[in-house]
Formats: sequence, structure tokens, C-alpha cells
Amino acid sequence: MNVFSTLLARDLKLAIRQSADSLTVVAFFAIATVLFPFGVGPETNVLERISGGVLWVTALLAALLSLDRIFTVDYEDGTLDQLVLTGQPLSIVVLAKITAHWLTTGVPLLIVSPLLAVTLHLPTAGYAPLLLALLLGTPTVSLVGAVGAALVLGTRRGGVLLSLLVLPLYIPVLIFGAMAVEAATTGRSATPELLVLAGFAVLAVTLCPWATAAAVRQAVE
Amino acid sequence: MSGDSFTAGTFSGSNLACRRGGRLVFTGLAFSLPAGGALILRGANGSGKTTLLRLMAGLIPPTAGHLAWSDQPLDDSDEHAAKLRFVSHLDAVKPALSVAENLSFWSALWSGRIDDAATLRAMDAFGLRHLATFPGRLLSAGQRHRLALARLLVAPAPLWLLDEPGNALDEASLGALTAAIADHRGRGGSVVVASHGSAFVNDGNTLDVGTFTPKTAVHWSDDADEESAA
Repeated sequence: MNVFSTLLARDLKLAIRQSADSLTVVAFFAIATVLFPFGVGPETNVLERISGGVLWVTALLAALLSLDRIFTVDYEDGTLDQLVLTGQPLSIVVLAKITAHWLTTGVPLLIVSPLLAVTLHLPTAGYAPLLLALLLGTPTVSLVGAVGAALVLGTRRGGVLLSLLVLPLYIPVLIFGAMAVEAATTGRSATPELLVLAGFAVLAVTLCPWATAAAVRQAVE
Repeated sequence: MSGDSFTAGTFSGSNLACRRGGRLVFTGLAFSLPAGGALILRGANGSGKTTLLRLMAGLIPPTAGHLAWSDQPLDDSDEHAAKLRFVSHLDAVKPALSVAENLSFWSALWSGRIDDAATLRAMDAFGLRHLATFPGRLLSAGQRHRLALARLLVAPAPLWLLDEPGNALDEASLGALTAAIADHRGRGGSVVVASHGSAFVNDGNTLDVGTFTPKTAVHWSDDADEESAA
């Protein structure tokens, strides 16, 4: 058992015992998405056109709600001090926590997204690209979000600050995620957009654990 | 308790200074802690005992001076961290995990394997065995603190840094802590305790952190000048 798997297993166990936290995020995603047909009207062609973008925006907002969970509780109860002192590279420690966040937030959002796509009349051709784009994009969301979550540790009302820090950084993921769905529904191949999203994920997994570790060290200082 | 002994050598610090929030907490502080030794940190509230402990743990970098193991200056904070256990006033107990789960998590994290025997020994040492399946959220403050202290025993490390370890403990638990520290020192481990009253460390050296606190006003301007010059 290494540090990564031990910590990942503990965070998953905590998430299952406190499953209300993950369910709240999914419920927010569902409710926010369902508001759109009420807001813009039930015309199928309008909903079809905006469905990809709407799903991506609401998924990002739902993920944003859950970001402060990554570190705040551990920071407040002293666990983060101990995690810095494991004697193992801190970037591995934070990567385990980020992975746990993705598995308990990104993956549930991914699973319910096809159901919500039905309410927005997403054309059949759009489902596979939507799922693939979320699969490639949500890890980036967790990774970039973790940097922000670590940076705002110890600030009062960090949640608002966190959204100001992180949401602008989500714009590239949003653009290519929504474009992937749109490409498929207009008959083009979604491959280029999906490859760009994969590139973002590789970049994020390379840089974000390192940046998050630096921010965590700063926070416990 | 496991029979292995430690060969980590002498832990020392020389000419240490630390600035927190623009204020120089202490300066010119030095200590030396041989294997098997104990250092008791004294000082009024706010004199910097906790700051010094966190600095010794490597959580805070010293503003000046350095820490060393056997006169080898410390350059790898992860290597240093692997040699120490830090018990702060925050107990790091997860409310949703049971007492045994809380302990076995740290045991697995530090020793790299699941060691149920060590977890049981640690629970026995601090009278937590009957609470093994109790969730952390139902523990009293004293029980939570005992759980934090029991972490010291789940995976061996030569240096213990304890911040007010006697807080919230009853007579029996103070005895258990005294015994745990004596056993740890008997095996060549060393311990630093920040404490007001201390019945649980015998023949340790005392370091009054308050005597290294600079006269605030003077050093304030000195430091400000240094910074603006740099």
C-alpha cells in the first residue's frame, strides 16, 4: 500500500459515509439544467442548439460548489498538517485527494449527464461526444480547481474568491467541451475538440499537483 | 510496543529566528536534543512554543538559522518529516471514521502496510480498545486527544513533537502518556514537549522560548530597514 492508494481509499470511504455531499452536487447539476427549458421555452430546436453549452456550464458550476471540500475540512481539523508530514512527495498526496474528488464529483456528473441531456433534447449524435468530452474535461476541472482550493485555504469566505479565481480558468475547457457536442450534432467529427481536451488534461495533471502542493505548503506555514 | 530502537542521532537547531506576520517571534535560539533526550519548551502564551514546534517539524521555514540531524544541515524536508511525529492542538480525527479506522489509516500511510497489531497496541496504551468501533464524532475532547496521541505508537519514528499533550487528559491518560514517552526514550527516541505543567517527562532539558523574544519595537524597525535595503 503506498501513500496514494491509502489516502485515496480513505477519501472514498469518507465520501461514501458522507454521501450527501456528492448527492448535493448532482442534485444541483440536475436542478440548474432543468431550469433552462423553463427559462428559454420548450422549443426543441432552441434547446437542441444550446444543450451542449448548458450542460457544460451547469456541470462546471456544480463542480465549483464541491471544490472547497477537497482541502478545507482537512485544513480545519489538522489533518492537512499531518499529510504534509508524511515524508512522501506532497504532490502525490494532493494528487490522491484530487483523484478522490474527481471520482466523487466528476464521475457522478458524467453518469447523470445523459439523463439531463434528454430534457434538453440533445440530438442522438451528441451523446457519445458529450460523455467523452466530460470524461476528458472533468479531470481538468478537478485539477485546476484544487489549485484554487489550496490557494484560498485560511481566507474568510473563500468560496466566492475561489469561484473568481477558478471560473476564468475553466473557459478553455468549456469552449472545447461545448464545441465537441456541437460538432457532432452538426455532422462534423468531434475528434479535434476531444484531442484538445485530452491535451488540457495532460497539461493539468502535469502542472496542477505541483502547484497545489506549493499552495498547501503555504497554507500550513 | 515494538522492540526496535532508533539510530537517528542528535537533532539540533542553531541561531534560529522566526518571523510571523511581520513580528519576530524569537531570534538566536539554539537547542540540541540527543537520542533518548527530552526537551521541554516553556514560555508564556504567545511566546512562540507552537511556532518553534512547527518550525522543528519543517512546516515553517526558519527566517534565519538551520536545523540539523547529527550536524548534517537539513535540506530535504520530506526526509526530515519521515523521522518525526507531530501532535498539535488539532486532533486530526475524522468524525465519520471509527477509532480503529482513524488509527489504521495513519498506520498504513506511515508504515506502508496494514498493521493491525500496532493499531491494537496503540489503542491499548491509551485505553481506547473499548471504543474501537466508535465513530470519531461521538468521542469527547479528551478521547479525541488520546486518539491523536495513540497515533504516535502506530508507526515508529525517532522524534516526537508534542504541543501541550497533557491538555484535556485525565489522571490515567497522563500516566499512559508518561509511560509512552519513557518507553520511546528508552529505545533511543527523543521528544520535544511544549507544556505549562509537566508531570510526564523526567530529567529533560528546559528551554524557555520567552527569553529569545526580541524587544519588539527595536527589532521591528531593524527588520523593516533590512527588508527595504534588500
